[in-house]
Amino acid sequence: MIAFVALPILIPFVLIITLLIIRSDKLARWVGPLGAGLLILLSVYLLVLVREHGVIALQMGGWEAPFGITLVVDYLSALMLVVSAIIIFSIAVYALRFLPETIKLNRFFIFFFGLTMGLNGAFVTGDVFNLFVWFEVMLMSSFVLITLGRTKNQLEGGIKYMALNLVGSMFFLAGVGLLYGKTGTLNMAHLAEILKNDDQAILMNTSAVLFFVAFGIKAAVFPLYFWLPASYHTPNITISSLFAGLLTKVGVYTFIRFFTLFFVHDPQFWHQLLLVIAGLTMVAGGMAAAAHYETRRILSYHIISQIGYMIMGLGIFTPLAIAGAVFFTIHNMVAKTNTFLVSGMINKARGTYELKDVGGLFNQSPLMAVLFVIPAFALAGAPPISGFFAKFILIKAGIENGNYGITAVAVLTGMLTLYSMIKIWNEAFLKKQPENEYAKTPFKKLQFAEYFPSVLLGAVSILMGIFAFYVFDFTMEAGAQLTNPELYIETVLKRVNP
Amino acid sequence: MEIILAIVVGVLYTAGVYLMLRRSILKFIIGLILLSNATNLLVFLSAGLVPGSPAFVKPDGVGNGVMADPLPQALVLTAIVIGLGIVVFTLALKYKFFELTGTDDLDQLKKTDD
Repeated sequence: MIAFVALPILIPFVLIITLLIIRSDKLARWVGPLGAGLLILLSVYLLVLVREHGVIALQMGGWEAPFGITLVVDYLSALMLVVSAIIIFSIAVYALRFLPETIKLNRFFIFFFGLTMGLNGAFVTGDVFNLFVWFEVMLMSSFVLITLGRTKNQLEGGIKYMALNLVGSMFFLAGVGLLYGKTGTLNMAHLAEILKNDDQAILMNTSAVLFFVAFGIKAAVFPLYFWLPASYHTPNITISSLFAGLLTKVGVYTFIRFFTLFFVHDPQFWHQLLLVIAGLTMVAGGMAAAAHYETRRILSYHIISQIGYMIMGLGIFTPLAIAGAVFFTIHNMVAKTNTFLVSGMINKARGTYELKDVGGLFNQSPLMAVLFVIPAFALAGAPPISGFFAKFILIKAGIENGNYGITAVAVLTGMLTLYSMIKIWNEAFLKKQPENEYAKTPFKKLQFAEYFPSVLLGAVSILMGIFAFYVFDFTMEAGAQLTNPELYIETVLKRVNP
Repeated sequence: MEIILAIVVGVLYTAGVYLMLRRSILKFIIGLILLSNATNLLVFLSAGLVPGSPAFVKPDGVGNGVMADPLPQALVLTAIVIGLGIVVFTLALKYKFFELTGTDDLDQLKKTDD
């Protein structure tokens, strides 16, 4: 039963081997979505296990905790696993219809599951160096995915994406080195235990700052985000939406993990820094999104803006705020991916991403309009869809803890979000189709299979809003576990047997 | 010995950053290689150097007293392999880009910005 913890890594691995052997696009059509569906079942089962035991840990190869590699699933990991599995499934279905002929489906799914493996590995690992390895697995797959179409723009975007992310990896590895030099361990729980009772823990700041820069680059926070808008709009929309939903959120996950579990020695400095960065990230991303007129660029900048909210929750650092950050992260993963999916549909129906060249979609396809409104309202924070509760929790936590500055920034950035969403709505759906070359091509009716992924994610967003009480319950448990990591440490170091 | 290696790490980082700030993509990649090697050396140094006593244990389980810490060496080995894979991919990407555009100038990469 505990061995199930290794499956989020093993299933994608087995799928990659299968795809390498079968080498057929026809079979890959089935293997991709079915494999992704299996991941959903598995991650829901893991969430149920976590509900029973609190934290579950698996010692790989039978080596005891500080010496071997530990895989750990707690509430945060389990929630991230479930939500990313849902996104992976919907994108596996989306890919069947939206990938161009030039990209072989079989090859796409190999790297798609490579990315999934790295992602799930990063979520379940309890070892800092192991986390580095999973990051690299994920990065390598994403490098291949982003350049899969081999056009000029994709290669250019790929170079920028790769360059900054590799510099981030170097920071990460240097941080690992210094961390090991100072503590002699890389097991996260062991680190937490050592640093908890160490009066010289302030010396950890040198490593912490290296990790901060590394995760800052991965999560695309304020001064380090420039790779994201330069690359996310270049690949095929399937790949853009995959990246938009998952990649930066891993950076946020590691931020939350590291800065709640063991870099808690100097809260005055770090939480202040996190809050400042969060505010700047929100505003910078929101402003840039407001200035653009290409859907993918608007949405890319908007990813950055939303990262700020997640970091804000971490910076406030009360159980409620962490719960808000987790809620916001899972809500945002779903809604953000969904907006990208809809922009892909607009492109498929009209042949362009430029908002100035499209219009009148509301009359052409009311269903598409509804599908856009759901994630857009979720992102803008309108009740009763998921985003309202996520923002509400964060703002409540901010006011309760007296962080009025960041709370004001968060509320005002909500306006910027609303503005960019209304812009897409007005331009693409309400205004008349301008007379241009795109108007002459007949509107391409989409089939249900093309709508389905977006319908699924939209339903998840709405359900997360209607049953917000239950989701909040889970995230609150996550917040409690993260701010008081005793159980995590004890379980990993084998002092309690689940 | 540690002092010398520390200086080597510093020099490698300096050279790497300098090369990364040049305009050529190829020099950028060479800079990346230097950075990755500097980082590998840093990790290798992190447990300190213990010359002449490898981490072997006698059959009865008794060690040789002070032993070199094998873990950073294992980490570095992994990091070197990952670095190799990344450099190969970067070079392939750079080659493909050069084939398509005929430029090696980072200042020409402005199309996807703004």
